[in-house]
Amino acid sequence: MATAGAVQPQIVTGENVVAGYPDKVVWRDANFGFDRGELIAIIGPNGAGKTTLFRLLLGLQQPMSGTIKMFNELPKRGNSRIGYVPQRHVIDSETNIECMELVHLAFCGHLWGFHLSSKVGRKAALDALEAVGGAELAHQPLCDLSGGELQRIFLAEALVSNPDILLLDEPLSSLDIRRAKELIQLVDRVVRTRNVTALLVAHDINPLLPYLDKIVYIANGKVATGKPQEVLTSERLSALYDVHVEVIRDSRGNVAIIGIDDTVHNHEHNADE
Amino acid sequence: MAFSANLLLDLEQMFQYQFMQHAFEAGTLVAIIAGIVGYFVVLRRSAFAAHSLSHIGFAGAAGAVLIGISPVFGLLLFTSVGGIGMTILGPRASHRDVQIGTVLAFMLGLGVLFISLYTGYATEAYSILFGEILGISNTDVLVTAIAGLVILAIVAVVYRPLLFASLDEDVAEAKGLHLHALGIVFMLLVALATSIAVQVVGVLLIFSLMVTPAAIAQRLANQPWRAITTSVLVSLTATWLGLFVAFYEPYPVSFFITSIVFVLYLLARFVYPEIRPHKAHQTGSHRIIESR
Repeated sequence: MATAGAVQPQIVTGENVVAGYPDKVVWRDANFGFDRGELIAIIGPNGAGKTTLFRLLLGLQQPMSGTIKMFNELPKRGNSRIGYVPQRHVIDSETNIECMELVHLAFCGHLWGFHLSSKVGRKAALDALEAVGGAELAHQPLCDLSGGELQRIFLAEALVSNPDILLLDEPLSSLDIRRAKELIQLVDRVVRTRNVTALLVAHDINPLLPYLDKIVYIANGKVATGKPQEVLTSERLSALYDVHVEVIRDSRGNVAIIGIDDTVHNHEHNADE
Repeated sequence: MAFSANLLLDLEQMFQYQFMQHAFEAGTLVAIIAGIVGYFVVLRRSAFAAHSLSHIGFAGAAGAVLIGISPVFGLLLFTSVGGIGMTILGPRASHRDVQIGTVLAFMLGLGVLFISLYTGYATEAYSILFGEILGISNTDVLVTAIAGLVILAIVAVVYRPLLFASLDEDVAEAKGLHLHALGIVFMLLVALATSIAVQVVGVLLIFSLMVTPAAIAQRLANQPWRAITTSVLVSLTATWLGLFVAFYEPYPVSFFITSIVFVLYLLARFVYPEIRPHKAHQTGSHRIIESR
């Protein structure tokens, strides 16, 4: 990762971060650091504060205490180095707008004024669509797409500004296992080929495990970060959450985490945070 | 006046009347503006807001009549204040129904009060409710033109951010757009457009120019710019045709406009899907395959 002998600074760091609202702390004492080109999963039960972490990184919310640095600066709204795919379940069935337009707007939608067709913008949008294998969807209306196609378009929308970091909130939640796997492979390819960092909120860690560099486990108001094999152990999670947690592995390497919030987190839930 | 087969002669005859000239001038302006603003109304699913603003405008118009000024000023004041009020009470577009309804009920109550205070109300109230395009004065045309230019200028400036925020709120917010400010700008656009459209179709029939043409356009075109053009063409067609027919028939113009728009909507809804060029990519089937 290091270029010209110098160690590249981590592109995202958090020190003793406390997140929440004046009347309610969501999680506390989080320390994390993410490097360029890493694929990181954020796992945890509903309402544990996974989306909150994204809001902090996007500068839409301030930490109650502690410091977060993005690219060595405090997070700020409208950072074009971040590509964001929010959690959403459906595009309205009446939204008859072609994919190209959405991706194009993510490129130039923050600019005032009027520009009917900018060549640069069109090119950027097409490139982003190609990067996600969605060039043939360019002129399809959004309302006609399947769940998997939509997620690819959203990914293109996030990629169009050529970001250094991708924040993907539950991109797998509406997909079946096969489509989820395809999308993970696509994200992995984007991470490796473009050397971007991707943070991906998910419910089920298992399909992600082969691709992950790090995981962030958020539950019971606490945050654990590290390599999957380090974080996902009974000892580490039990110590962190101060309750008996068991991490069970099956013969194919799948894990199940039992004991936090009395929930087994390897199930697909209806995500609604 | 009899209708003849010579269309040019008919038009010439029609435009001899100043009230018809004014009607066509104001109608054209309103149709263009309503077609454009209507597209954003449909895209943001703010039809209820547009509907409510026009009713709020009714209270304003009634108040203006009561104190003896032109209804359009009352409309402008009340819809603008009402629009900003609604946005402040409920910042996010998606769950604003209750706030809008609350403001709406209060304003309609005011309208009732103003009407009851005004003694000669019958015709004035009627024209506010259903439009009075054949009674448009020189001043009205001028006010309409100025309001129209203001709307066009605002749309030209906020076009891309407003489109982005309407289509994808969350990403737009993360990209640094101020949803709240854009929401207020949007409501002001609707307020202005409603105020001038009321002259043509009245507060009760505002949908026929502000919502239905855009809804038709959204079915026919999947690029915003094309959809806006289509929406304008639909409302222009309806307005012109409505005025033309009403010149010969003793029925209200707004009835003809609403009917034409409705017929076009039915065509776009039921006939167009049958005849449009077939696309390789088929709707619906994917979801079934995926859930297997």
